[in-house]
Amino acid sequence: MNWKIEIVLYLLLLANALLALGVRNLLAAAVAATAFTFTVALLFLSMGAIDVGFTEAVVGAGIVGVYFIAAICQTTRKSRD
Amino acid sequence: MKAYNYILLAVFAGVLLYATLHLPERGDVNAPMHREFNEAGGEVAGNYFIRNAYRDAATPNMVTVVLADYRSFDTLGEVVVVFAAGMACYLILRRREEA
Amino acid sequence: MTNPSQSPIVIVVSRSLARVIQLFGIYVIIHGHYSPGGGFQGGALLAAGILLLRMTEGMEGSQVELPTALAMPTAALGALLFAVTGMAAWIGGGNFLEYAGLPIPGVEAVWLRHYGILVVEVGIGLAVTTALVSIFDDLVGKGDHG
Repeated sequence: MNWKIEIVLYLLLLANALLALGVRNLLAAAVAATAFTFTVALLFLSMGAIDVGFTEAVVGAGIVGVYFIAAICQTTRKSRD
Repeated sequence: MKAYNYILLAVFAGVLLYATLHLPERGDVNAPMHREFNEAGGEVAGNYFIRNAYRDAATPNMVTVVLADYRSFDTLGEVVVVFAAGMACYLILRRREEA
Repeated sequence: MTNPSQSPIVIVVSRSLARVIQLFGIYVIIHGHYSPGGGFQGGALLAAGILLLRMTEGMEGSQVELPTALAMPTAALGALLFAVTGMAAWIGGGNFLEYAGLPIPGVEAVWLRHYGILVVEVGIGLAVTTALVSIFDDLVGKGDHG
């Protein structure tokens, strides 16, 4: 049972990473990176490391996403490559 | 540049999946982290924490006891790092009125 | 980003949501003895609540929550609360950060450690909350661009 959930989470992780790399809009890429971090937090939860997963979810998905958005608003919204 | 990004992603995904395949089973009592003594014959630290956390600090959540009591010097360093990051941003980026 | 949002729906929803997030942050700090969480997670949740208001109500409108000028001094206070607890335990006869040596008479060593953990978690929460909000304020600045 557990490994099925984990395979789904790993596939979601790869999909989020590909999305964050491929999207040209940097705001969408920041949101995809946030979703990536949240998936990592869910993986930690499935491994039983609840405190680590909680920290990862709060800091990675809550705070770092806001910092990304602040940086994008200060600079440019389009990726060049 | 774009191809380099994808190659990097593939390498890291490969490393992650390779490491995941070699994780011990959940609840495996013979896994290295669940043994009472390590290879050199000394007592594993987690063993002590599990046995004595509630007795020492009357706290059911032993992760809190490890973070804030047994390994509190580590947490002090963590707080100082966060404070130093805030201080660096304050000193470099804060806009002050010209005095 | 520093200007208030134009939509009343965003303002109303973010105001009520921020209170829930902050209440949960305080719960995570205080209840860290019995459930997952602790000072760092709770402080980050409190900071997330304040940052939500900073993004929707603008820099000026959310100064009531945590004034920008007060952020770094409070972070220093939180880190100092941690260090002073350790020093007090040292002066009371234990090692540095060994809460059983806190000089409070009439309390058993077990409960000294219990409440020592609580004081330390509150210090971590203060430091993390205000340091994260201060970093955001410095990144965005007071300018009217963006």
